[in-house]
Amino acid sequence: MKPLSPWRLAVIHFRVAALNELQYRLNFFVQLFQSIVALGTGLVAILVVYSHTDSLGGWSASQLLAVMGVHLMLGGVIRTFVAPNMRRLLEDVVEGTLDYALTRPADAQLMVSVREFSIWNGIDIVLGAGVVVWAGVAVEGSIGLVGTVAFLVVICCGAVIVYSVWLAGCTVTFRIIRGDYVLQLLDGIYEAGRWPVTLYPGWLRMSLTFLIPLAFAVTVPAEVVSSRFDGSSILWAMVITVAFAFGSRQIWLRSIRHYSGASA
Amino acid sequence: MSIGFLRDYYVAAGRIGFQRDIQYRAATFVNVLGFMIEPAIYLVVWRTVATEQGGVVGGYTVDAFTAYYIVWTLVRVFNLAFAPNAWEWRIRRGRLNEMLSAPVHPFHRDFAYFAGAKFVWTLMWIPVAAVLTVTFRPTLHPTLVQVLGFVVAIWAGFAVRFVLLYLLGMITFWTTRGQAIFDLVVAAELLLSGRLVPLSLMPDWVQTASNFVPFRWAFQFPIEVAIGRIEPLGILTGIGIQILWATGLGAALAWVWPRAIRRYTAVGG
Repeated sequence: MKPLSPWRLAVIHFRVAALNELQYRLNFFVQLFQSIVALGTGLVAILVVYSHTDSLGGWSASQLLAVMGVHLMLGGVIRTFVAPNMRRLLEDVVEGTLDYALTRPADAQLMVSVREFSIWNGIDIVLGAGVVVWAGVAVEGSIGLVGTVAFLVVICCGAVIVYSVWLAGCTVTFRIIRGDYVLQLLDGIYEAGRWPVTLYPGWLRMSLTFLIPLAFAVTVPAEVVSSRFDGSSILWAMVITVAFAFGSRQIWLRSIRHYSGASA
Repeated sequence: MSIGFLRDYYVAAGRIGFQRDIQYRAATFVNVLGFMIEPAIYLVVWRTVATEQGGVVGGYTVDAFTAYYIVWTLVRVFNLAFAPNAWEWRIRRGRLNEMLSAPVHPFHRDFAYFAGAKFVWTLMWIPVAAVLTVTFRPTLHPTLVQVLGFVVAIWAGFAVRFVLLYLLGMITFWTTRGQAIFDLVVAAELLLSGRLVPLSLMPDWVQTASNFVPFRWAFQFPIEVAIGRIEPLGILTGIGIQILWATGLGAALAWVWPRAIRRYTAVGG
């Protein structure tokens, strides 16, 4: 029997997850309410900051709005596609049920990455996109076709980067018990991307550029929207994306060798 | 149940909390590290604002902001409490059954556990605070009275926040969608507690509103005691208000608990 293509496998899992969640339609409104609360809180934070200053490290309020929009969009990607799968991975290792994923006739990394989706969290992606458009209009009026294409490229790079970092981070669970805190730590670090990484002191800025590259995942797409970018930053974002995708794959392959099953 | 029994129970449960978190110290450190990121972000943002405004904003200098947010990290360690949404997990997994069959109210077990764990978390906080101190160099010269006041205020702040979140968790007995309400309360706490920014930088109406909710007594008050922005009499008054909030919320919890538990149906366990 010919194995399913990775894309087809992901789509089938996504459809099952979507059908599961569509049973609970009220959750859509609950999630919408939660997303609006989070968005409102973020906007108030920006308002409070800019009620005391006109510029934050060279960023205007509209430009910071772009950062917030991208942060919200990628946060939606994490909560919809990435975190549910990583949470399941951590639980499976503790409970010994990862064997069920590993013994399937498909790539193990693919299997652990497409089993869970939380579709209502996708509201954040839509709201974030709305904020990005709002910020783009406020800053430039229009970022043009080139700007739009550049934004789509770097936001996709951002999605791959956060997936790679989350996957690499969660493989720690093969070595320590109670790896569940790793997700909280990654969430905490991701919050740092709500503000431009150029604000942070040297060592922290370097960490957020090359170790956990929120600079490329969040700040660069926001720079594209607010016309602060140059071609080299987009090129670097693509290089970093390839490097992190490759690196996380290697970390996964090495880490999986430490898995010996628990009780399944 | 005698006071002596309860005291011994608190000591024993507190030790268990300590032992459990020291046993998984790597995981505990990762957890504490995760909680330190939020104040570090605010610290960077408000230092930048203060620097760009000539060094002072809302009565806070760059150094005062630094001290505020570094003390914030310790206050955060202390006011961590049993999350309201964790009740859902307890109910769904049947973990509440064993707690209800014990002769001691679950509140005592949870409170003592968290209190014991604070000692491990404080140990884990030290290296993080050291890195923040070396990086940002705060100006902090507390007097003996302020140090003593701070020690009392962070424990009292922990009590206020713990009881508040415990009370909030009771919503889970009425609805499975309590998370939306929890998020709303956390957002209110962020704005009305001094968690996001010292309240003096907020609009007047926010400062007024913060007087009618307990949040600031678990966040800003202990911080301001430590950084020397409150006189000794104010410290005593503040601790009194903390005790009043903890007692009032405790009374509300005592009223809600039997009504909540009557709605509980055991699952698994």
